[in-house]
Formats: sequence, structure tokens, C-alpha cells
Amino acid sequence: MTDHSNTPRTAPQTLPRASATFDDYTLSEIRRAAATGIYDIRGGGAKRRVPHFDDLLFLGASMSRYPLEGYREKCSTEVLLGTRFAKKPIQLKIPITIAGMSFGSLSANAKEALGRGASAMGTSTTTGDGGMTNEERGHSTQLVYQYLPSRYGMNPDDLKRADAIEVVVGQGAKPGGGGMLLGQKITERVAGMRTLPVGIDQRSACRHPDWTGPDDLEIKIEELREITDWEKPIYVKVGAARPYYDTALAVKSGADVVVVDGMQGGTAATQEIFIEHVGIPTLAAVRQAVKALQDLGMHRKVQLIVSGGIRNGADVAKALALGADAVAIGTAALVALGDNDPHYAAEYAALGTRPGAYDDWHEGRDPAGITTQDPELMKRLDPIAAGRRLANYLAVLTLECQTIARACGKSHVHNLEPEDLVALTIEAAAMANVPLAGTDWIPGRNGGF
Amino acid sequence: MNLSVQTAPATDGETRVDLATTPLRELNGALHKLAADTNQTLWTIANPAGRHAIAAGLDAPITVEIDGPVGYYCAGMNKKARVIVHGNAGVGVAENMMSGLIHVKGDASQAAGATAHGGLLIIDGNASARCGISMKGIDIVVKGSIGHMSAFMAQAGTLTVLGDAGEALGDSLYEAKLFVRGSVASLGADCIEKEMREEHKALLASKLEAAGLLGEVDIAEFRRYGSARTLYHFHVDNVSSY
Ligand SMILES: Cc1cc2nc3c(=O)[nH]c(=O)nc-3n(C[C@H](O)[C@H](O)[C@H](O)COP(=O)(O)O)c2cc1C
Repeated sequence: MTDHSNTPRTAPQTLPRASATFDDYTLSEIRRAAATGIYDIRGGGAKRRVPHFDDLLFLGASMSRYPLEGYREKCSTEVLLGTRFAKKPIQLKIPITIAGMSFGSLSANAKEALGRGASAMGTSTTTGDGGMTNEERGHSTQLVYQYLPSRYGMNPDDLKRADAIEVVVGQGAKPGGGGMLLGQKITERVAGMRTLPVGIDQRSACRHPDWTGPDDLEIKIEELREITDWEKPIYVKVGAARPYYDTALAVKSGADVVVVDGMQGGTAATQEIFIEHVGIPTLAAVRQAVKALQDLGMHRKVQLIVSGGIRNGADVAKALALGADAVAIGTAALVALGDNDPHYAAEYAALGTRPGAYDDWHEGRDPAGITTQDPELMKRLDPIAAGRRLANYLAVLTLECQTIARACGKSHVHNLEPEDLVALTIEAAAMANVPLAGTDWIPGRNGGF
Repeated sequence: MNLSVQTAPATDGETRVDLATTPLRELNGALHKLAADTNQTLWTIANPAGRHAIAAGLDAPITVEIDGPVGYYCAGMNKKARVIVHGNAGVGVAENMMSGLIHVKGDASQAAGATAHGGLLIIDGNASARCGISMKGIDIVVKGSIGHMSAFMAQAGTLTVLGDAGEALGDSLYEAKLFVRGSVASLGADCIEKEMREEHKALLASKLEAAGLLGEVDIAEFRRYGSARTLYHFHVDNVSSY
């Protein structure tokens, strides 16, 4: 037998260990920044996990709450927007609208598909930073016209042929930031609509050019109403930052509808650092906005639309239960059209990414033909088929929301209420002002708004 | 028309409205109903008293004479009409004008002609800050001076100033052309003085003529400012300007 006890051995080593602080993504970003000297720009919303509707649960019916029969007993979904001042409020058949996304960031076919899908389901679409196209007006039975700081393509004829006007103060992905559209997407048509040179990297303004603050906004809204003879509902859209005060000030300024967009909300192109670090989650924003409306005695008189990370009927139902009148979707609608589809896996790989992670929407090379102005890529999106997919998806969201509402015994989705909800985490309980599941504890209940 | 206005005999085509007794909504509503071939082509408005949005959203070839000072957004989004303000104008006069003429006989507040796509805005007095901000094709002629940040992000059109310009003229300018006769306190990012070539002199002359000033001022006294176009593309070397 050989005695190995004195054989020299390599000392035991620890495993290679990556830093939690300096993780792979962070390192890759430092290298990218060092190589280029410019911040990272991308599309989409916040990718980090933040407290969200997943952290809430419905209680459903029990001894003291009677459910409604699925498929048999009615559970209504229609929403009336703009009842405060507008002579012609908007009537939606479902509580889900399509959020503002600009022609320019999206292809003409994508805009058409959004119009087709939304119209088929009796809901509205919204223009964006870049003006209204005829395709979009033609295919949307109800179209909301955004009034943005850049005022690209803004003109009174489009204002008058819109069904509602949305004054954009901010977006959840970038409260306090202006728009961006990089040169690859500033084609002749896009440039013409925006009165800009073809191919430049366009930065749009972050503040409105002719008003600042709520006192001015009140006068601006009066002007818009005068120009449109008080017919159209006027929405005010804010990024979720100080939703209690922003909602109150929007109401004070004369809004018919307030749109609050949380930090998960998508964008066509913004600095990564802005998307991930400015603004608050949708969940935290909804309740504050509702509280502001309630404190002013305006809940349900001024309608509230909530957006940012809405994916399924449960998200819709939870937003409504917290007091919203409707939700708006951006990213999910694009995915329904075909964005980030595994079908184009090889092409995403060629772009250095994969389906589900593709967010360089500003580069205009979208294999799915949605976030592009390239005529060849755009042709890949059949607006009729894509519109059909969006309509299907909207139908599912609605059915899911109704399923939950019936289980909670509600004959209208607006009858859902915070009382139907509990939270899975202390954070979500505090933000949504509902009890932690299994307790009657609402953290911070007596802490003001 | 159900207006509490004195409608003069149809022959002289003049409609008089007194805003001391007629609600603004009635006036604007009546102006919006006018057809392109209306014979009510002259409107005189008494006692505007600084009200906001007077004559906003017009879309007919008429003349509106306003006898006194107006508030915010007078003649906003104007198309085709001529609007003459015999007084001072508040914030955003002629904002987003598409066509037509707006003539302010007094001074104008901030953001005069903001985002406007076309037409001519004449200001006899001074214009405050942000004159011509984000302008998209309008021609603006200011006989006095203009305030700071004027022509910020101005995209197209011309801004002609007989007096002086305040700080940061033409910051982040796109393709608008700026002509200033007096001093410029400072130029904004990416705005530079440019050579005044014959075509620019001709352009300036045409704008002065439209404003009824041809022959009254010496074109040789003006300097031209425009975009250096260095911020048209994101680049590390421009970081200090972003
Ligand atoms: C491609 C794209 C373009 C957008 N363009 C605009 C815009 O022009 N104006 C605006 O107010 N919001 C814009 N948004 C934000 C949406 O209106 C909306 O707030 C957001 O997408 C909602 O969040 P979600 O994407 O999680 O559904 C855009 C979003 C996307 C994804």
C-alpha cells in the first residue's frame, strides 16, 4: 500500500463568485458606457421587479358574499369617459383602452392594427408624439388625440376630428423626460409630419412650450375646449411621481379624465437609467390617485385611467377594484400584435438578443415589423391578422376580468372594490392600502394619503 | 344668430360683439360656425378685458378687430383669419397658428407664436420670453425686442426682430431662420451667426414687406442666426450640450 498522506495537494479553492452588486448586466453596461461615451437608450418599461398587482389577491365570494353565475348572470363592462364637461363623452364597451404610441415609433401597419383590434372590441386608441395619420383615424372608431410638449404635427383639423384630447404632462417610463426618436426611424414621412430634417436624432421637449403649472394648464384646457366647442373629453396624462397631488391638480385644471402611468409603463425610446430609476410603481400610484379624487368628491365624476404593466384580466380587475375606471395598455398590445415573438428567434439572435428581451426599439430594426419604419420589415405585419390578434387578446382580458368580478359577486366590473382585495406582501399592503392576507393589518393606514 | 350682439346692417358686413355683455363661448361658437363664403367678414370685439382664448380656433377668411388687451392664447390655432389686437396680448398669442395674420398693436407676453405652422404674426411692441418657441413654419416679425430663450427648438419659419434679443437665442435650433437687427444677449446651444447671403436678404425683404416694413428699415443692419446642426446626432463630443 502506498501512503498518500504526505503527497502535496493543491489547496481547496472557493468557487468563482460574481458580485451581487456588480452583476453581469451591470458589468456589461459599464463596458458599453466606457466604449461609447453615451447613455444606453432602449424601449419598454422598467424591467426590475417592483411591487405590482401580482402582490394582490382577490378574496372571492364566501358565506357573506354571493357570487354571480359565470356565463349566465350579467357582468357589465362598459365605461363612460368625459362626463364632467364634455358634450360628447366617450363610451367604451370594455374597460381597456390602447395607450398613446406614436406613429414614428410604431409602423403605419402597427398603428392600423391597433385601430382595427380596438375598434372590433368597442374601445379607443390613442395617437402619440408625432401626430395623427389618416390610417389611424380611419381604422379607429374612437381616437384620442395626444397634445404633447413637442406638438409635432399638431393642428386644429386633427383636434376637431378626434374623439377626445389627451394633454400629456408625463409618462410613467420617464416622468420629467421628453421624447426621443433616433435617426434610423426619421424617414421622409415621419420627418414631414414632425417638420424635422430626415434622419436626425430627434429629442422632443419635456415641457409644454406655452404653459407651466396647473394655473396655466387650466387656461390651456379652456382654450382647447373653446376651439372644439366643449364637445370633446379632455384627459390629462401624468407619469406616476406624485399622483395624489398631480391628480388633484389635474382635476383643478379642469380635466374630464386623469391618466396615471406607472414606472413599468413602456416607452419607445428613453435612457435606461431614466426608465429604471424615476417614477413610482403603478400599484403605488393607483390608490393615491383614487384618494385624491375621493378627497375632492370627484371619484367617478372625473374618470381615472391607469396604465403601466397591465398584462391580464387580473391586473385589470385589480386596478378597477382599487378605484380606476379603466386601464390602458401599450406593451401588451404590441406583444399581441407580434412583438418579441419566438417566431423570429433567429433574427433576434442576429441582433444580439432573444425573443422576450428585444428592446432596441429605437433602432428601427424590429423583425416583427412593429417598432420600425423600414418598409420591408413593416410588410411582415399584416394589419388585419394582427388586429384580429389584438381583438382576441382584449376579449380575453375582458372575460378574465368578468370572471373575477362575478366570483366577487359584482354585476359591473366597476363594483369591484378594495374590500375584495388582500396583499401578499407588506409593501403591497402599504401601497394599495389593503390588508396583508390573513390579517386585518394595513401598514400605514393612518398615515395620510 | 342668437347672439346678444348688435348686428349691423348686412350691407356693411360688420358684426359687433361686446364681451362685457356677451359670453366668450357665444362669440367663439358663432365665429366657428362661419362658412368659408360668409358675408360676415368683419367682426369688432369690444371690452376684451384680457379674457383668454378670444377668437381661438378660427377657420374662415374673416377679419376680427379686438379693441383692447387680450389674455392667453388669443387667436390660438388660427386658420385663414386676420386678427388685429389693439392692445397687449397675453401668453401664447397665435400659438400653433396654421395660416392667416395676427397683428398685435401692443406688446406680447411669453411664447408668442409658439409651435405655429404658418401664417404671419406681427408684434408692434416687444415680445417676452420664448417668442417663437418650437415654431414650425410661421413667420414672426417683432418691431421691438424679444426676451430670453426665444426660438427655442424652433423647427421652421422665420423670426425677424427689429430690436434686441435676450439670452440663449435659438437654443437647440433646428431649421428656423432668425434675423435680428439689434444686439443678441447670448446664443443658445447650437445656434450660430451665419452669413447673410443674397437669398437670405431676399427672404428677409419678403418678410419685412409682408409686415409693411419694406423701405423703413435697412436690411444691411440685420444679422442672421441659424443652427450649427451639431446636435442633430447624439455624439459623445456633444455631451455638455445634452
Ligand atoms: C412604443 C411605445 C411608444 C409610446 N409612445 C408614447 C407617446 O407618444 N406618448 C405617450 O404619452 N406615451 C407613449 N408611450 C407610453 C404609453 O402610452 C403607455 O403609457 C405605456 O405603454 C403603458 O404601459 P405598458 O406598456 O406597460 O402597458 C409609448 C409606449 C410605447 C411602448
